[in-house]
Amino acid sequence: MKDKLQAIKEEALAQIAEAGVLDKLNDVRVNFLGKKGKLTAVLKSMKDVAPEERPAFGQLVNEARAQIEGVLEETKKKLEQQALELQLKAEVIDVTLPAKKNNVGHRHPNTIAREEVERIFIGMGYEVVEGPEIEYDEYNFEKLNIPANHPAKDEQDTFYINKEIVLRTQTSPVQARTMEKGNLPIRMISPGRVFRSDEVDATHSPSFHQIEGLVVDKNVTFADLKGTLEQFAKELFGEETKTKFRPHHFPFTEPSAEVDVSCFKCGGKGCRFCKGSGWIEILGCGMVHPHVLEMCGIDPEEYTGFAFGVGLERIALLKYEIDDMRLLYENDVRFLKQF
Amino acid sequence: MNTTLSWIKAYVPELDVTAQEYTDAMTLSGTKVEGFVEADRDLDKIVIGQIEKIERHPDADKLIICQVNIGNGTTQIVTGAPNVQVGDKIPVVLDGGRVAGNHDGKMTEGGIEIKKGKLRGVESNGMMCSIEELGSTKEMYPEAPEYGIYIFPEDAEVGSDAIEALGLHDVTFEYEVTSNRVDCFSVIGIAREAAATFRKEFHPPVVTKTGNEENAADYVKVTVKDPELCPRYCARIVKNIKIAPSPKWMQRRLAAAGIRPINNIVDITNYVMEEYGQPMHAYDYDTLAGHEIVVRRAAKDEKFTTLDGQERTMDENVVMICDGEKSVGIGGIMGGENSMITDDVKTMLFEAACFDGTNIRLSSKRIGLRTDASAKFEKGLDPNNAQAAIDRACQLVEELGAGEVVGGMVDVYSKVKEPVRIPFEPDKINALLGTDIPAEQMLSYFRMVDLEYDEKTNEIIAPTFRHDLFRTADLAEEVARFYGYDNIPTTLPSGEATTGKLPFDLRVRAVAQDIAEYCGFSQGMMYSFESPKVYDKLLIPQDSKLREAVKIQNPLGEDFSIMRTVSVGGMLTSLAFNYNHRNKNVRLYELGNIYLPKELPLTELPKERMQFTLGMYGDGDFFTMKGVVEEFLDKVGITGRRTYSPENGKPYLHPGRQAEILLGKTVLGYLGEVHPAVAANYGIGEKAYIAVLDMDEVTKLATFDRKYTGIARYPAVTRDISMVVPKHIMAGDIETMILQRGGKILEDCQLFDIYEGAQIKAGFKSVAYSIVFRANDRTLEESDITAAMKKIWNGLESMGIEIRA
Repeated sequence: MKDKLQAIKEEALAQIAEAGVLDKLNDVRVNFLGKKGKLTAVLKSMKDVAPEERPAFGQLVNEARAQIEGVLEETKKKLEQQALELQLKAEVIDVTLPAKKNNVGHRHPNTIAREEVERIFIGMGYEVVEGPEIEYDEYNFEKLNIPANHPAKDEQDTFYINKEIVLRTQTSPVQARTMEKGNLPIRMISPGRVFRSDEVDATHSPSFHQIEGLVVDKNVTFADLKGTLEQFAKELFGEETKTKFRPHHFPFTEPSAEVDVSCFKCGGKGCRFCKGSGWIEILGCGMVHPHVLEMCGIDPEEYTGFAFGVGLERIALLKYEIDDMRLLYENDVRFLKQF
Repeated sequence: MNTTLSWIKAYVPELDVTAQEYTDAMTLSGTKVEGFVEADRDLDKIVIGQIEKIERHPDADKLIICQVNIGNGTTQIVTGAPNVQVGDKIPVVLDGGRVAGNHDGKMTEGGIEIKKGKLRGVESNGMMCSIEELGSTKEMYPEAPEYGIYIFPEDAEVGSDAIEALGLHDVTFEYEVTSNRVDCFSVIGIAREAAATFRKEFHPPVVTKTGNEENAADYVKVTVKDPELCPRYCARIVKNIKIAPSPKWMQRRLAAAGIRPINNIVDITNYVMEEYGQPMHAYDYDTLAGHEIVVRRAAKDEKFTTLDGQERTMDENVVMICDGEKSVGIGGIMGGENSMITDDVKTMLFEAACFDGTNIRLSSKRIGLRTDASAKFEKGLDPNNAQAAIDRACQLVEELGAGEVVGGMVDVYSKVKEPVRIPFEPDKINALLGTDIPAEQMLSYFRMVDLEYDEKTNEIIAPTFRHDLFRTADLAEEVARFYGYDNIPTTLPSGEATTGKLPFDLRVRAVAQDIAEYCGFSQGMMYSFESPKVYDKLLIPQDSKLREAVKIQNPLGEDFSIMRTVSVGGMLTSLAFNYNHRNKNVRLYELGNIYLPKELPLTELPKERMQFTLGMYGDGDFFTMKGVVEEFLDKVGITGRRTYSPENGKPYLHPGRQAEILLGKTVLGYLGEVHPAVAANYGIGEKAYIAVLDMDEVTKLATFDRKYTGIARYPAVTRDISMVVPKHIMAGDIETMILQRGGKILEDCQLFDIYEGAQIKAGFKSVAYSIVFRANDRTLEESDITAAMKKIWNGLESMGIEIRA
């Protein structure tokens, strides 16, 4: 019996070694350890063994079984590993094949510029306020110190609806509307569409966009205006950006300034974007004219303020090197998807 | 406004700066220099030479060989110029030098280099120059010959710099003068700013008393009928006029300013206009009937011939200068042909007047005539400058020997303009600027630009030529620009902190953008303008309210003449643009206003409604578009029972493929397939789809508040139901019934099959739904399901639906 057991064990181990694939290995398990398996048969023949030898014999059988099972398990793991490796090898893909994209859409470059400016000023505690695009002459001009027959009314090439109503030529009327509400202090920006009677060409459009800014509080100074816009320019164009304030004239601010930033394309060395000067004109600003404060019901002796206006297209065109304004309104997807 | 550096230096002799330094400093002190041109930028190595000998060229009939003394020796030059003779002094460009252009007046960027060489075998060591080759014109140098080499006067120094002798070592600056600084539309005004900017002495012209013992008042009587339109009228008389060319220095200055020298009288008028910014006019005294000047409004439709020979039609708001009988000039705009001075003029009347700027601007626009004079007057000139200018002109007449000036001036000046006095409050100025500038320093800045300080009253006196100084803020600007904007510190506002925020409607708009983009739509930007033709293109009926649009009085053209009342036109235009450029699978969205007037003509502002418009063609269909709408509404928290009604009635959409988007009874927008006829009108050759959401309505209902509801712990039970449905019943109706009848335990129902065809009887369709039941407090029993399904079945059957399983 012992010899038989030994022979079965050796036969089993030999077959395991030869199995090679998982299916055959399973056949071996069934042939030896299954219900009708050879080792099971030996166990069943225990009844033929003398009772006193049974424990020892039983132990031998169990040892043989354990040994076979152990080798079986080990071989199974090895074969599974081999099978997995084969499978992985077979599943190799060409990773350079095209991606399956979701084809997400793109924001308009103008909006990207607007959101960028909004983000900066919201971070500085400004509220975003909107105003009407079709506006009373009173807000667009008169309350901004531009009385009837002021040459600025001509210069700005206003579209008129009638004597009292115009397409706003600037976002500045939102200044007057906000100040009139009288909730002081004010820190607001107002992005929006404005209109001027310019024929469409590479650098002009009868409608374009501005962002107006307004701060009114006690003790607001020109130095604050400088500091604010300097910080804005750095955030928008990079930490290295320098600003230059040049005296200018706007009817609704005094003193007024135009602001240049060091060219963000060449860093100020001079290139085609800054026409060799190293500077790019970017916005107009100034201290709110005391008469404008008065007209809006704010006492200029107690409160002062500053205001500024930025052209969004100007920023978008410069930043993205867009050379023709008409592209902004054509909505060609080949253009839009670049942003 | 342009000036040359040399003319500025005439009043600021100590000024010693490069063109770039001048440009930068002037710009930073408030006189913006737009650019400059150096007259000698392309001229190099050009001296005055004298021709000592001329021989014929042996091999060329048209060439001559000249021996030219160039100061340090004699050199040989071959030329084809016909006008030179032995003894002539001429500009010679030496070997290696440069000229600005050729003799036709064609300029070459960077100049043309001249090298010695051989002309038909004869050595030539340079070139004699015409005025055109030196970069100028015969108009500006009237003494230059019609054709050929420029010839210097006899006293020119041989060997010296010819560019210098021609006054071409000069720079012309172009300024952008802002409308508040009328005084800077003159050389004196700019020079005053230059002196202040560079902290140099300012020496304006000194005008001495002019004229003989006679009195102008004995020559002419002046009446101003409308002092509002003509606040001041100064007249002086010059007799025994001798018309001749003006001197070279005056010609050079005018030429450099781009004004063609003509004769002494015209040149003086132009010179003083540049110098003082005061336009003047000269009338032939002998043509003035009654030796009288009357300033009045023109008669309605008055015809008048201006000195350019054009007949023009006036109206009652135009100011006319008249003599005793007739009109002789349009005040502030242009003189008349009937009184203009000619070469035979003996006596003339000089006019320096001041007109209402706005009236000049509007008059000049109405009669369609804008002149150098009107361009100055329309800015609103200082009446006190008129006298200074006319006296200066008379002084020049005397200096140039152009005539005999009659003493005295006839001056009609009813309301004398007084200087503005402003309290001097240095603390307030510092408070506004955020600076700490001593009062004395401020006063020194004021003095530089002729602002006086009255110590007794502690006031600053602004001269009348400054139209921009009224209050402390204006003085602050004067301080700031001379202190230097650069030197003002940079701080941040110190007041109480405020919270930055994006208002709710803008947050909702941002979500619309995000969702549209995730769904493959790119943002377009459309015009607010529309053409009135858009309504026909969109098949909108004649009586539709949509046709009531706000009209622009002065549009850029019909296509831009109304403010849109519907956003679809712009979207279809953009889709068509892409279609025409063969772009495939285009998806665009737009966020922009439409403008709905309450009544026309407009008495109050129209309602501006923000529209979220989506448009697409290519991959996808109605339900793709519906999906985008649903994603968006989900994201902004409009999750209630949304319905889609086919009763939408948009004429530009396919009648069987459009829906109104509703939440309860609120219309949020609509979507649909573009009507094929409309697509054809726009030239879109594929099926296109549009969705429009009214953001005003969406924003009212939107919310970003969310409440977590527990994830179900008990299992769901699913039952499928298959039915045969009359064709006219819509899926939405079936769903409504299932939701109504399913009771509390109904969790969801999903359409999973819809079929019309051979196996289904005519007029019916096969529809199948998967219905999900779940209770959140127990596991459902079979009996719960059966009861609910029974109710659903009954409900559906009551609609005429046949249940199959």
